[in-house]
Amino acid sequence: MTSLADTPLVRPGIGQGLKDVFRRRYLLKLLVRKEIKLRYRGSVLGVLWSYVKPAIQFVVFYIAMGVFLGLNRDVGNYAVYLFSGIVLINFFTEALNNAAKSIVYNSGLIKKIFLPRELFPVASVFVSAAHFFPQLVVLLVGCFLTGWRPTPLGLAAGFAGFLVLAMLSVGLGLFFSSVNVYFRDSENFVEMMLMVATWVSPVMYQWHMVHERLGDFWFGVYQANPVTVAVELFHYAFWSTTAGGDAALAAPPQLFELWLPVALVVSAAVLALGQFTFRKLEIKFAQEL
Amino acid sequence: MSEQSPITVEIKGISKQFVLRHTRSIKEALIWFLKGRKGDLSAKFHALRDVSMEIRQGETVALLGFNGSGKSTLLKHISGVMTPDEGTVRTRGRVAGLIEVGAGFHPDLSGRDNVYLNAAILGMSEAQIKERFDSIVEFAEIGEFIDTEVRFYSSGMYLRLAFSVAVHSDPEVFLVDEILAVGDEPFQKKCLDKIQELVDAGQTLVVVSHDLDLVQRVCSRGILLEHGRVVKDGPSHEVVEFLRARTK
Ligand SMILES: Nc1ncnc2c1ncn2[C@@H]1O[C@H](COP(=O)(O)OP(=O)(O)O)[C@@H](O)[C@H]1O
Ligand SMILES: [Mg+2]
Repeated sequence: MTSLADTPLVRPGIGQGLKDVFRRRYLLKLLVRKEIKLRYRGSVLGVLWSYVKPAIQFVVFYIAMGVFLGLNRDVGNYAVYLFSGIVLINFFTEALNNAAKSIVYNSGLIKKIFLPRELFPVASVFVSAAHFFPQLVVLLVGCFLTGWRPTPLGLAAGFAGFLVLAMLSVGLGLFFSSVNVYFRDSENFVEMMLMVATWVSPVMYQWHMVHERLGDFWFGVYQANPVTVAVELFHYAFWSTTAGGDAALAAPPQLFELWLPVALVVSAAVLALGQFTFRKLEIKFAQEL
Repeated sequence: MSEQSPITVEIKGISKQFVLRHTRSIKEALIWFLKGRKGDLSAKFHALRDVSMEIRQGETVALLGFNGSGKSTLLKHISGVMTPDEGTVRTRGRVAGLIEVGAGFHPDLSGRDNVYLNAAILGMSEAQIKERFDSIVEFAEIGEFIDTEVRFYSSGMYLRLAFSVAVHSDPEVFLVDEILAVGDEPFQKKCLDKIQELVDAGQTLVVVSHDLDLVQRVCSRGILLEHGRVVKDGPSHEVVEFLRARTK
């Protein structure tokens, strides 16, 4: 019993932000596992569904867009081009939507037991990453069927693209989940923002179309969006070696030298802002929820 | 429980005001702002007012008072769920407990999954949970139902499992809010015995209960709150008498 006298008196409820999430990573793991379990509860095919759905989507893209609409003529192997951007946007959309709602959704717990509240938005991003995995598998199958060759730089680009969006999701997730406690409008705002995200990034079209119409300066602004850079990195990783003659257009100039560092810095800044806002607002979560 | 025992909960002059917010949308807040911030977008009241106390290791403290007097709010300040507007709360060692039965339980998960999740929420490590799992299930008398989804549990089973997890998390300071009265007689006795055992081993106990007989049995010290203020702090039988006299 003497040992207790040696431990210091501390103020409860004052956490260390994301550091605490790392410290409580076992709990994080259980929270992520819980969400995944609940999602497949009571379904016969279970996890298989998350492979079937994107596979069907890919086949539809291939036939309807590539063959019927003839988009393969303009963009070589359009199905892989489109799909590689879409899976990434799917991840971002799900991660941010769920992260933004996570604090209000878990209010029952937050009001009663003290734990690092950052766990909830971070767990949402991890859950979305788990759902992203089957889509990645389908993408890779599509890639191999259309003559993809993995390269070290390509794989690094894919990893970097995912990392940029994961950081951005956590940062924006922290920001909007805490604001959402005070103004429930922020959920709707996030949904609107995500709807726009698909169109302000080269998912359906190609980056050089933007460059031709906007000129250098505005194209620079367009490129400052980390989502855009992440999509371009994915195109580089998964599509460029399957595109035939269009491969030269796979990535804008200086993607690795300039735009990737810019995207990392912007995402890190958003993460810092998200953490700062969250810590300011979390003090009153329990009474406002 | 001598003067030499270390302080486990130190509360110095804390006050807490709650805002009764009438609006939750940006639109309404904006209109209010544009109209020159007139009227009450929010009315405030004190849930705790200049509350101070020191609780030492091994003490058994009951928070008493009518509904709305601030007992749960005070417990939430000790656990860290809430932070005071003024004053400071400091605690020593791990603080955990049952503010509400089954907070953190998910009805669609099995008892087993819920034990793991809840124990981790209360701050237990993976190794500790594995080590204490059998003991948790045994104490809760759940038996073979441990792999059944919790939504099929009776309310008694639910309570027993929640209490068992909390009690096995073995914190230095254990908080209990109005749950001791929920279970049936034998289980209640078992819980009280377990609590006594933990207190004997040096745990600090802070409970909220309306059952005044039970309070006198379990707690040596009583603290009476009224409208967020401490109006009496002393041996539990005296405070209970005082409260009874007041109610008449
Ligand atoms: N989050 C909150 N927001 C506004 N008022 C609250 C909140 N929580 C509690 N209150 C109010 O504070 C007062 C004290 O509540 P509480 O601590 O729950 O009392 P007790 O547990 O003693 O019944 C009550 O009037 C209650 O309505
Ligand atoms: Mg209460």
